Amino acid sequence: MTSPDNLPEVPGAEVPAAPEVPEAPIARRGMFGAADHGDTSGYGGLVVRRAPQLSSPRPYGGYFDEIVDSLALDDAVERVVVDRGELTLHVKRERLLEVAQKLRDDPALRFELSLGVSGVHYPHLAGEELRAVYHLCSITHNRRVRVEVSCPDSDPHIPSTVGVYPGHDWHERETYDFFGIVFDGHPALTRIMMPDDWDGHPQRKDYPLGGIPVEYRGATVPAPDSRRSYA
Amino acid sequence: MTTGYDEATEGKVYSVGGADWDDVVTAGVRDSEAERLVVNMGPQHPSTHGVLRLVLTLDGETVTEARGVIGYLHTGIEKNMEYRTWTQGTTFVTRMDYLSPIFNETAYCLGVEKLLGIEDRIPDRAQAIRVMMMELNRISSHLVAMGTFGMELGATTPFLFGYRDREMIMDLFEYITGLRMNHAYIRPGGVSVDLPAGAVDKVGEFLKEMPKRIKDIRKLLDANPVYLSRTRDVAYLDLTGCMALGITGPILRASGLPWDLRKSQPYCGYETYEFEVATERGCDVYSRYLVRMREMEESLKIVEQALDRIAGPLKGDPVMIEDKKIGWPAQLALGPDGLGNSPDHIAHIMGSSMEALIHHFKLVTEGFRVPAGQAYASIESPKGELGAHVVSDGGTRPYRVHFREPSFCNLQGFPAMAEGGQVADVIAAVASIDPVMGGVDR
Repeated sequence: MTSPDNLPEVPGAEVPAAPEVPEAPIARRGMFGAADHGDTSGYGGLVVRRAPQLSSPRPYGGYFDEIVDSLALDDAVERVVVDRGELTLHVKRERLLEVAQKLRDDPALRFELSLGVSGVHYPHLAGEELRAVYHLCSITHNRRVRVEVSCPDSDPHIPSTVGVYPGHDWHERETYDFFGIVFDGHPALTRIMMPDDWDGHPQRKDYPLGGIPVEYRGATVPAPDSRRSYA
Repeated sequence: MTTGYDEATEGKVYSVGGADWDDVVTAGVRDSEAERLVVNMGPQHPSTHGVLRLVLTLDGETVTEARGVIGYLHTGIEKNMEYRTWTQGTTFVTRMDYLSPIFNETAYCLGVEKLLGIEDRIPDRAQAIRVMMMELNRISSHLVAMGTFGMELGATTPFLFGYRDREMIMDLFEYITGLRMNHAYIRPGGVSVDLPAGAVDKVGEFLKEMPKRIKDIRKLLDANPVYLSRTRDVAYLDLTGCMALGITGPILRASGLPWDLRKSQPYCGYETYEFEVATERGCDVYSRYLVRMREMEESLKIVEQALDRIAGPLKGDPVMIEDKKIGWPAQLALGPDGLGNSPDHIAHIMGSSMEALIHHFKLVTEGFRVPAGQAYASIESPKGELGAHVVSDGGTRPYRVHFREPSFCNLQGFPAMAEGGQVADVIAAVASIDPVMGGVDR
């Protein structure tokens, strides 16, 4: 037990206040879903927090600074994240087309090859639940960048980038099919993997996996989505 | 012969069941005023490479509009992975593009390793084995591509040669991993099991035999006048088209751009191997064929170099990361009854160490945790850039995994290749893309 009055006095040195780190919201307490009665697992006091939203300060390192400088659309970029050697630009959805066009055409950027659109659903991030993630590659400069755009679940609209990268046609249809993100301006936004009359968007986190329990030698193996999770 | 359609808007609809083409032609097409004919090719058709459906609008023999319809083989692999541990994910991804399972596993594992931040700690021997397996797999995938291609254009011998030669690689895979396909051999942190005794010799024999086999196929097709007339200047797609549509792999290299991730953004130590990137300038089906043949020959060089390292300086090194929190504790062994935990390991956890048993149980059932974040890892698969976008929320299961499947992207280029050409060239166009529907639909 340490209290301030039994710490040795440090003459002349002011103790700097710890920078305030906003604590990420709590994802889960305890373990094994045991909340209603005595938890004998020893994990009762466990608090698991969500990973914090990253935002990297300058310098980003490597060629990342050059990309952000050449793009020069700071008001269109909400956040810049450098993580695991990859640069992610979080772009406002209303400015996406402008950013994509510049990324493709500016001689200093030249991200001429797009590697498609991937969707991610974060139901816990209010107001930015749905994400469209674009991986771009510059063959001229041999560089990569990731562009991420978010939209709220209540208004799932993102402008279509088919005009800039024609190869996004099927990718945006796939992301629409799986996540329900409506890409405004897409030439024919229809389902691509699921049947045309399918209900719901399967890759969303609120869409169940389904499955049936399997009986084997008297024991029952539950369906994959109802098995114990250690997340 | 017709029902269920609004003939006023759709025009007359004919269903063709089999050998009744003569009836259809006499009953409809010849008497009809309309010149436009819409043909539904697939999803069950012997030359569409699996369950691919092509909707072709024909004007005589010319294709005026072509559209691909996919989704018939969608199996929800990406969704299913979100309910399994990170290690179990390899058993799912290996089933995507079933002709290049090793590549699927490697792309996924490189993504997971990037998230874990352990790329630098993967043992060299594991990387060399990965490279060797990938290049063997590249040859087997190209052999199927070339073999089925020949058959679809009416030549059965390339098909028989291709499948006969691929069988040698299948045998190697079975000997090394225990399975001909769907290996789940590459794991996050390394590979599941070291090469069994005698594997180096077997691969060595294969290296002696294979160049002759490739020459045989080349003799059959390289200068075959029928083959040339079916493939030269057919399904033309130049560099601009490839770039716009995001097309990679042999199709891109056949348009003259030497873009190969093994050279430009090396992974698994490819920068230390000597090989050349095959390119052609024809932008047509024949050039894609030549690129694939050259790539097989280059792959043999890489396999040889990797084998020298595996048998030489890297002999006896570990094949799994030495991190007990990630690498499975089991030393898997290939016994007479299949792949399983080695008897020594069983004796250790069951007989002498309670802690080892707990550790084994936790790691195998619960899996390891992966720090939150996202990563994108890409490799050069036989079809093009195979990318894995892997997202973790810090748990023991993937939060989201998305694959940038080269077959999916390249198939989008099919209308650009086929429109304006002859209907017979549609087959050549699809075959030159080499799509595998398991990968397209996932």
